[in-house]
Amino acid sequence: MAEIVSLAEAVERAIHDGDAVAMEGFTHLIPFAAGHEVIRQRRRDLTLIRMTPDLIYDQLIGAGCARKLIFSWGGNPGVGSLHRFRDAVEHSWPVPLEIEEHSHAGMANRYVAGASGLPFAVLRGYNGTGLETLNDLPEGATIKPITCPFTGETLTAVSAIRPDVAVIHAQRADRSGNVQLWGITGVQKEAVLASERSVVTVEEIVGELDPRPGAVVLPGWTVSFVARAPGGAHPSYALGYSARDNDYYVAWDAIARERATFTRWLDEQIYAVPAGQS
Amino acid sequence: MMSQASVEQAGMSEVSYTADEMMTVSAARALRDGMTCFVGIGLPSSAANLARATHAPSLVLIYESGTIGAKPAQLPLSIGDGMLAATADAVVSVPEIFNYWLQPGRIDIGFLGAAQIDKFGNINTTVIGGDYGNPKVRLPGAGGAPEIAASCREVIVVVRQSRRSFVERVDFVTSVGYGSGPGDRERLGLTGAGPKKVITDLGILEPDPETLEFTLTGLYPGVAASAVKERTGWDLAIASDPEIIVAPTPAELDALRRFQGTRARSHQ
Repeated sequence: MAEIVSLAEAVERAIHDGDAVAMEGFTHLIPFAAGHEVIRQRRRDLTLIRMTPDLIYDQLIGAGCARKLIFSWGGNPGVGSLHRFRDAVEHSWPVPLEIEEHSHAGMANRYVAGASGLPFAVLRGYNGTGLETLNDLPEGATIKPITCPFTGETLTAVSAIRPDVAVIHAQRADRSGNVQLWGITGVQKEAVLASERSVVTVEEIVGELDPRPGAVVLPGWTVSFVARAPGGAHPSYALGYSARDNDYYVAWDAIARERATFTRWLDEQIYAVPAGQS
Repeated sequence: MMSQASVEQAGMSEVSYTADEMMTVSAARALRDGMTCFVGIGLPSSAANLARATHAPSLVLIYESGTIGAKPAQLPLSIGDGMLAATADAVVSVPEIFNYWLQPGRIDIGFLGAAQIDKFGNINTTVIGGDYGNPKVRLPGAGGAPEIAASCREVIVVVRQSRRSFVERVDFVTSVGYGSGPGDRERLGLTGAGPKKVITDLGILEPDPETLEFTLTGLYPGVAASAVKERTGWDLAIASDPEIIVAPTPAELDALRRFQGTRARSHQ
């Protein structure tokens, strides 16, 4: 059953140096407050997994928390590059970053396989792309052709993702730690069910979760820790609670472009600020 | 992002417009009412929303965030803006949008952008220069594009034209067009028909029916075929009688500028 704890305690207990961590939320409900707490607690050598690294992983990569990134689209949506991600790939700053890249369809299916307790998932994908040739990874290939046992057709298999920890943000939880999220729900359900442990930050903790259209409910016994973090998705958003701060996404371009401005941002906005307030 | 160079409309009207506006209008016209369209962010999203605001009110916009039938009143900055979910006919999970909706070939048009494109319509959004492990420029990567390019019934690419972006061979194949020529899509088992149009800020390119090499078939008013050739990194073939595309109408420009104005304001 989920324990309801502070954000600092949840990160302290769930996420350790060297872990594979999936912080999911597809544009909506990105768990920024939890990401900031990981930076603040100076975790190192993480394998960061996320379909769209977005600003949250630009920040974690720039802060030197990551050894490896597993992803499918690493840009600032509608704005341009993730400069800290590019600096890490192009110049190994602040530390070298190994990458493992997929398409969205491949990543989504890898989470589905992880959540389903299967070693791989099958899709029509990657055929003829350069991605299927990027398989000389130290850990082995993650994309391979597979023959359908019924039709003989050649399809593509992708290996399951099984993170140590999933981190998501949701609108609400109740006092038993049952979690409810709605709007664009992305791959959060799959990420939590594929992971060994999970941290869920929420806008509020309520007495009862009345039904919402299209909501995903994660029963408390599938979640390790729930922490209250109102506004914890900013500059992403929580439908019904906040709007996406598009201005912040545009402003991030200038903050992240140079190492000096980024480092100042880290000092002033993360290290100097208590947990849950960045 | 708008090109500063304004081109005067050829003919009688006084209306002036930018090359980017011509490109977006031209891309919007390629979409017919009632179609289903898988939309990438940026230029494709502007064009698809313009089509919905003008001649194609029943165009079904599908974004990879899982929003099906989104009807945004303003241009979204990202594929996951709240108004896409709030106005959608259905919101589904990310595994579902790719597995149930895109993969079986239910969607008419895939509308994509590109950083680099080659003469067979293969798209690169991954790395430029150097080698993969040590690239000169690291681009965002694949996102939904490889499977959009593979599985939509047809693909339209919207991209500004330059020698740097229109190359003989892409540095990395992120999304397959016609591979290395006729027969490749069939051999690879790609179910959609592939890219039917590349719409640029100079004109329209379409695949030659025999060779599948992209050929200049449409020119914007006042643009010379030689200028398009000049801004192409391969020896561009030119159709014998390229169509001169009609300049944006005042109604199209009004609708486009209204959209772009609302987005610009939401940034400030």
